[in-house]
Amino acid sequence: MSEVAAIDRPNENRQEIESAVVRFAGDSGDGMQLTGSHFTMTAAIEGNDLSTFPDFPAEIRAPAGTTFGVSAFQINFGARKIMTSGDQLDVLVVMNPAALITNLADVKPGGIVIADSGAFTDRNLTKAGYTESPLENDSLEGYRLVKIDMSRLTVEAVKEFGLSNKEGLRSKNMWALGLIYWMYGRKRQASVDWLKTKFAKMPEIANANIAALNAGHAFGETAEMPAELGTFEVERAQIEPGVYRTITGAESVSFGLLAGSQLAGLNISFCSYPITPASALLHHLARMKNFGVVTFQAEDEIAAATAALGASYAGSLGITSSSGPGIALKMEAIGLAIGTELPMVIVNSQRAGPSTGLPTKTEQSDLYQAVFGRNADAPMPVISVSTPSDGYDVAIEAIRIATKYMTPVMVLTDGYITNASEPWLIPNPSTYERFDVEFRTDPENFHPFLRDDKTLARPWVKPGTPELMHRIGGIERSYDTGHISYDPDNHQKMTDVRAAKINGIADDIPEQEVEAGAAGGKLAVVGWGSTYGPINRAVNNMRDDGYDVSQIHLRYIWPLPRNLEELLKTYDQVLVAEMNTGQLRTLLRAEYLVPAEGLNKVNGKPFLIGELEDAIRIRLEK
Amino acid sequence: MNVQSPPGKLKARDFATDQEVRWCPGCGDYAILKAVQNTLAELEADPKNTVFVSGIGCAARFPYYMETYGFHTIHGRSPAVATGVKLSNPKLDVWVVGGDGDMLSIGGNHTMHAIRRNIDVQLLLFNNQIYGLTKGQYSPTSKIGTRSPSTPMGSIDNPVSAAQFALGVGGTFISRSTDILVKHLSSVLKRAHGHRGTSFVEIFQNCIVYNDGVFKHFTEKSVQDEMQIHVEHGQPLLFGKDKSKGLVLNMEEMRLEAVTLGEDGITEADIAVHDETNRSLATMLAQMDPPIMPVALGVLYCESAPTYDSSVHAQIEHARKDGEGDLTKLLHGGQTWTVE
Repeated sequence: MSEVAAIDRPNENRQEIESAVVRFAGDSGDGMQLTGSHFTMTAAIEGNDLSTFPDFPAEIRAPAGTTFGVSAFQINFGARKIMTSGDQLDVLVVMNPAALITNLADVKPGGIVIADSGAFTDRNLTKAGYTESPLENDSLEGYRLVKIDMSRLTVEAVKEFGLSNKEGLRSKNMWALGLIYWMYGRKRQASVDWLKTKFAKMPEIANANIAALNAGHAFGETAEMPAELGTFEVERAQIEPGVYRTITGAESVSFGLLAGSQLAGLNISFCSYPITPASALLHHLARMKNFGVVTFQAEDEIAAATAALGASYAGSLGITSSSGPGIALKMEAIGLAIGTELPMVIVNSQRAGPSTGLPTKTEQSDLYQAVFGRNADAPMPVISVSTPSDGYDVAIEAIRIATKYMTPVMVLTDGYITNASEPWLIPNPSTYERFDVEFRTDPENFHPFLRDDKTLARPWVKPGTPELMHRIGGIERSYDTGHISYDPDNHQKMTDVRAAKINGIADDIPEQEVEAGAAGGKLAVVGWGSTYGPINRAVNNMRDDGYDVSQIHLRYIWPLPRNLEELLKTYDQVLVAEMNTGQLRTLLRAEYLVPAEGLNKVNGKPFLIGELEDAIRIRLEK
Repeated sequence: MNVQSPPGKLKARDFATDQEVRWCPGCGDYAILKAVQNTLAELEADPKNTVFVSGIGCAARFPYYMETYGFHTIHGRSPAVATGVKLSNPKLDVWVVGGDGDMLSIGGNHTMHAIRRNIDVQLLLFNNQIYGLTKGQYSPTSKIGTRSPSTPMGSIDNPVSAAQFALGVGGTFISRSTDILVKHLSSVLKRAHGHRGTSFVEIFQNCIVYNDGVFKHFTEKSVQDEMQIHVEHGQPLLFGKDKSKGLVLNMEEMRLEAVTLGEDGITEADIAVHDETNRSLATMLAQMDPPIMPVALGVLYCESAPTYDSSVHAQIEHARKDGEGDLTKLLHGGQTWTVE
């Protein structure tokens, strides 16, 4: 039997569609994340643009069959530019009743629901809260329901490999993947290759998974499914030529930190403490030891931040990373970095709060914390990541600013970007401009706090340098000698210069551009961070429909771009869309006295394009 | 600035800065500062490779008075900052200085983890059993019943024993001295400096303003001989005037007992010999308290073990043995595809 049993033949009757949104949902143990990532890889290889959104439970091993143990993976892929993981589902694949009850609301009217009927047992129905099977009554009338006993078919497909019933059932995600591959006319080879590599040492497992994949695919072909399911064709998208890979936000930030450190000519000391959803960054960097990257899993968030600062003091680039509550714990150390004027990068993968909040759900509610959240007057640059691949350039920029201005810099990303993925045109690292750090070695007229006239940055001295021994610390420092100073006038002067240094960075960052539309007009939708995709799609859709609306999307949160005030004042209305209760809106109002309004939501999910279109329509039709 | 280029051998005063020392007159910290400066001179330490890291408290002002590199950080975090310094540059000779509040209360967690990881630093704990800089509150090492502004009726919580804590978390070098034993302190500091790993030095230090005389029951000249035992590896555990007393190991009860030579047929052969590689013995020594037992000073415990910082860099070297990483290759890792 060949590995790809059924022939991957193009179906002449396939319906051509521009894009599709598919979500795989099942129990935590059903392998939905893996299924989704395979479908993503194959869609990318076949030339679609795409965006994904994994949604997994907070519990590591929630009891099987429960609604809080449901894990899902959504992909939007298309022949056009894909900006979000999709508002509504064209296809929902559910592996049990709990997955159906928690995901059904997102399926568009008339959408396809494929259910593993074998998992709709009385026990599973009860656990999900159904009193009778939704597959057997008319509750799913508004959808195209396809009931398949995937459990039984999978067990049958893999029985020749001598696996137990339980082991065999583990392959049912591959069976489902095979069926969806068939629906969209996708090749199975990449998944087959992956399974063979992954399970090289367990060939029976590899073969069982491949057999299940093929069986699902064959089922679609032979079981007269087309009438019920339909088969589709999603053409290649118009994409800039080059070599691509898929990348998550956590990957792009980790690559960017490494690339930035190389451009600065520094070694990285990455000090962190495990926290969802930021831990992935630590995992990625821990595997970069062959680049000389030091990673340190500290005893707590405070130790992570202070160790990073200690590393910067000693002449490495100290980086720490966390999510909201952990960032709160680091703030005293960040204040010390501001006071002693040492470079440091803090990556904040935001999540819903306050306190523990919703650890696996995304939010943008740490803007206040980033810009204002320290004791006393403690200004610090803050920049944000807008898409999963954007983290690469943002991390490099954070390092450039931190080292050039001798300051901590906070990078705001979020749980959505961290886990979501998109295709990435792999950059050539040698095309980036270097910004090598020059450590001070000259003892002539040396004082640790004598500043550069232009940047106002103080010199960075590595301990070990002859004749430059000096002391720094958290007590206010004399304006140039750095010695302890309790002098009130000196404190005024130091507070002023710390603010002036950070404000001056506005002259060293690009002016704010209009992302979609034009400068001036009836309405600007302003966003930052991971709302980029849905805002961009919504604004472009509305512009296509003739509405006078533009998109302004900020990378630089603090200091703000120097032309932003002027730009915002060219619009009749300013709408700030963000996943919090109005934090950027407050900042813009406070800084510019612009009558910005907010479009805000905090339900743990990214904006839907439709929500934004409605908000734009209301404002332009009133 | 007091910039020094080392022309030949440095003296203790070459390790002093031009900053006015601002501890209270009569504070035990002066003697410790002097001892550290003497020790560095005797060790011929290189000021440019020496870093003092401290947290917050009276003791934590120490770096400002040392003509080396110095970082005065935030309350309790100095072991973590020092960890970062060593991870960045393991060649630096790092000293961490703090008090009992700094290192055992707000920073107890960091002290524990620095010690258990065996970061290669000297960790000097100035224990005066009181919060000095915040004006006299009781500390985690204060004896039960300590009256202070925050405990007007006397403190009620059990104090922590610094040396037992350090032993308990797996410390590889545990030692003790006092501010007034200048020579003893210097010899302990030298041993601490020579040890690879976290060298924990508890220094009993008198706070003349808020806790004056708290250690006098074993530090005063009149009681010193009877209430202190200076332990030395391989030497019998003798103390008292003319070394007439000693410690024997009661095997049945698994504890040390103080005895007098010549009484009850005790000879020097009965006296236990100090073995600084024996953690159980070190623990028993650390537990001893006057007036029944003398206070054990010196190197209670010392073992050779890999340091965290060297192990971190060994892993990096191992990862690099097939060549330095290539960023372009890394970016192209995993599945890629070409769009024409």
